[in-house]
Amino acid sequence: MSMMGHSLVVYEEEFERINSILSRLWVDANAKIVFLVDKNGQQIAAKGDLEKVDATSLASLTAGNVAATDGLARLIGEKEFSILFHEGEKDNIHISIVSQRLILVVIFDERSSLGLVRLRVRKSAAELEEVLTLMASKAAQEGQAQPSPFAEITDEDIDALFSE
Amino acid sequence: MSFINYASREINCKIVYYGPGLCGKTTNLQFIYEKTNPQNKGQLISLATETDRTLFFDFLPLDLGTVRGFRTRFHLYTVPGQVFYDASRKLILKGVDGVIFVADSQEARQDANIESLDNLRINLRENGFDVMAVPYALQFNKRDMPTAMPYELMFRELNIKGEPTFEAVATKGVGVFETLKAVAKQVLHELSKK
Repeated sequence: MSMMGHSLVVYEEEFERINSILSRLWVDANAKIVFLVDKNGQQIAAKGDLEKVDATSLASLTAGNVAATDGLARLIGEKEFSILFHEGEKDNIHISIVSQRLILVVIFDERSSLGLVRLRVRKSAAELEEVLTLMASKAAQEGQAQPSPFAEITDEDIDALFSE
Repeated sequence: MSFINYASREINCKIVYYGPGLCGKTTNLQFIYEKTNPQNKGQLISLATETDRTLFFDFLPLDLGTVRGFRTRFHLYTVPGQVFYDASRKLILKGVDGVIFVADSQEARQDANIESLDNLRINLRENGFDVMAVPYALQFNKRDMPTAMPYELMFRELNIKGEPTFEAVATKGVGVFETLKAVAKQVLHELSKK
């Protein structure tokens, strides 16, 4: 993952690594759903029973939740609250911040426990951080080797998007 | 901040509707939601008060189709317009790719328009953006109101950099897609420069 201008860019190789980390977390934590979102609400990767949820809304609301909590943290002089936990009757949501930039979300029920989720998340977060660091240095080395896929976009291309 | 996924060939961009309270930001989103095919839209999420005032944000994910082999998604957000929700507005502008300013055409609301525009400038700056550089469109909403101000007067006071400006009646859908398209165009052009 790298910064391209203001964009967050993810390529095949890192996407696969992220996916395999999430898959392992999903199994190890006995979770229903595991997903990774950036702080702006864009879903990066997900694993689990996704048919039953609206993943896009989940991503956006998670980011909103974290943003609001970050705001609260700053108001009381904290840098961030790195872990949030929401307990429901059946399902629970565990949210943690990775590298101050990404949000790792685990949804689980009584087949798992908060302790187990915490333990597994800690390990996965460290692995994700590793991937992020690696990608950042790779991006710095390669610089702007890859041109934007939109480099030659035309007004016609854009008009076609709105023609329905 | 857009998100480009080369693995799944997707691009996601964030557009924020800004403007004073009751200017019609949520109404813009509601119209877009109603008029978009089910397969091209997600749920419209509104975090609102009991009296339907936006409390935190509205959110609508929109799938516009494919450009250059990339699935193009726009995430539309509104901010809460009421003055005292400033902390929330600031948060929602984080990572924005394009802004639509919705102004209320009623004469009595012109001060609120100007105040909100100033507030946008400040909040963009605090998020590391310059209003002069960010993809941006202006909408004069509620053109059907009897107390609507003349277009030229509003343009003079609210247009800041020659941005595309549209007259709208969001409740009837007039000008809604035109405004969105104008800012989407700028966002995609901006991406082509990177």
